[in-house]
Amino acid sequence: MAQVDQAQLFEFLCRMGDNTLVLGHRVSEWCGLAPVLEEDIALANTALDLIGQTQMWLGLAGEVEGKGRSADDLAMLRDVWDFRNVLLVEQPNGDFGQTMMRQFLFDAWHLAVLTALAESSNDRIAAIAAKAVKEVQYHVERSGDTVIGLGDGTSESHQRMQKALNLLWPYVGEMFVTDAVDDAMAKAGIAPDLATLRAAFDTHVGGILTEATLTIPDGKFTHKGGKTGFQHSEHLGHMLTQMQWLQRAYPGATW
Amino acid sequence: MYAQMVKSESADDSAEAKAFQERIDAGEKIEPKDWMPAGYRKTLIRQIGQHAHSEIVGQLPEGNWITRAPTLERKAILLAKVQDEAGHGLYLYCAAETLGVSRDELTEMLLDGRMKYSSIFNYPTLTWADMGAVGWLVDGAAIMNQVPLQRTSFGPYSRAMIRICKEESFHQRQGYDIMMKMAAGTPEQKAMAQNALNRFWYPSLMMFGPSDKDSIHSTQSMAWKIKMNTNDELRQKFVDQTVPQAEYLGLTVPDETLKWNEEKGGYDFAEPDWDEFFEVIKGNGPCNTERLAARNKAWDDGKWVRDGLLAHAEKRAIKKVAAE
Repeated sequence: MAQVDQAQLFEFLCRMGDNTLVLGHRVSEWCGLAPVLEEDIALANTALDLIGQTQMWLGLAGEVEGKGRSADDLAMLRDVWDFRNVLLVEQPNGDFGQTMMRQFLFDAWHLAVLTALAESSNDRIAAIAAKAVKEVQYHVERSGDTVIGLGDGTSESHQRMQKALNLLWPYVGEMFVTDAVDDAMAKAGIAPDLATLRAAFDTHVGGILTEATLTIPDGKFTHKGGKTGFQHSEHLGHMLTQMQWLQRAYPGATW
Repeated sequence: MYAQMVKSESADDSAEAKAFQERIDAGEKIEPKDWMPAGYRKTLIRQIGQHAHSEIVGQLPEGNWITRAPTLERKAILLAKVQDEAGHGLYLYCAAETLGVSRDELTEMLLDGRMKYSSIFNYPTLTWADMGAVGWLVDGAAIMNQVPLQRTSFGPYSRAMIRICKEESFHQRQGYDIMMKMAAGTPEQKAMAQNALNRFWYPSLMMFGPSDKDSIHSTQSMAWKIKMNTNDELRQKFVDQTVPQAEYLGLTVPDETLKWNEEKGGYDFAEPDWDEFFEVIKGNGPCNTERLAARNKAWDDGKWVRDGLLAHAEKRAIKKVAAE
């Protein structure tokens, strides 16, 4: 196994785990409120997969860090600036269309990354990715189908999906921006060079959006600051006030 | 017991009805295409529909805590449980559909108040211990009723119950597991557990419905094997099972009159406040307004999604026909 700076590896694992944690939480906010019963089941299932993946990523992150922090400690006891998820996943649910567009854009990236990570030089990471990729194949199939169905549905559903795409597209770029952590992971064969995944992502996403009769907005602008933790959106803090409330209110208790 | 006070239709005395009753008495299962009395069909639609609605509305009090679950594992377990409940709703709506009523019709009747759901879901979940109490007491009470219903006379309902019961016993265990953690935890956690028991004890007893030993409706439903036990029998069984569990937790059941009765081999216990029960049924429970409003909002907000997906499916079908 290639040698890599453990602090950078920890950072990388937090990015993986925080993406699934924050998105899993957002999706779980839908509980009992979906447009149709089958969607309640599918949303809960997606959230459940993502929370399961979080346990594995953050569990490994805690081990790598070596300070005795568990996955729960990392999830429940860090503040906003320590979170390493991309900004896309912390965006609010909005309507069902916005939720599914956010899901699709993330799923398409997630699938590409996990597929590559299943070949990681780090066996632990490869094993987590191999398990997760099976779940995410289903996620992207479902979110892609829903984007197509609603984009190419009624004029109202089309307008709502275009609006969601316009809103969320500027958050796509951050998933492919690389920094020293990504470079170190790529060099050690732990993770793929994210930039190399972009072309396949664009083909995949472009194909689905075309079928959905939706238009990718012009412009290259991309919001950044989530995965480095430099500057999250205001939304994340409010999510943490809910998610971490019990652990913060009753420190040291076990549940 | 997710179906309460389901009004039973009466049987007729035709030759067909007599033959039908003989099949039931012989332990045969009635299947959707078999002849059945109109009253049997109507009563079952009411009962299965109410049960399905309870599963759906029942997602809300637990969904209230999914985003505040204290650990990742607890969050995952709660998500799995709520997902199961939506699945139970789905099986039950499917069972009801075999009787000639659509899921959308049943949904409309829930949303406009013509059909009910279990009174228990009109109580609020205020602390994390309530997730324990709901699993332990509410699912525990539901199982009391659902286990015998696996033997109910209507085939699709019986089969749905068999699947549901497997999952419900997991739900009850996870609820009790939360209570064990809380009861053995910090003083605040223990207080939280006691507080949850205090609030959920009587509403759980109400789940079985008022005494029906003299009710004509219950007698008919029992003859049809739609109802397998009287409300009092099930309530007694529930109390007898639950009191030792509370003792094991070191919690106090909020009933000063609770006492083991050697002669009957069960506990004597106080009846819940039935005036409160009828108020809740009428819509005056602590959360009736919020629960129905949440379901209505979900349905109304989701209309464009359902319409969009349907429109897309139709477009695709037309394209497919054109291509052939």
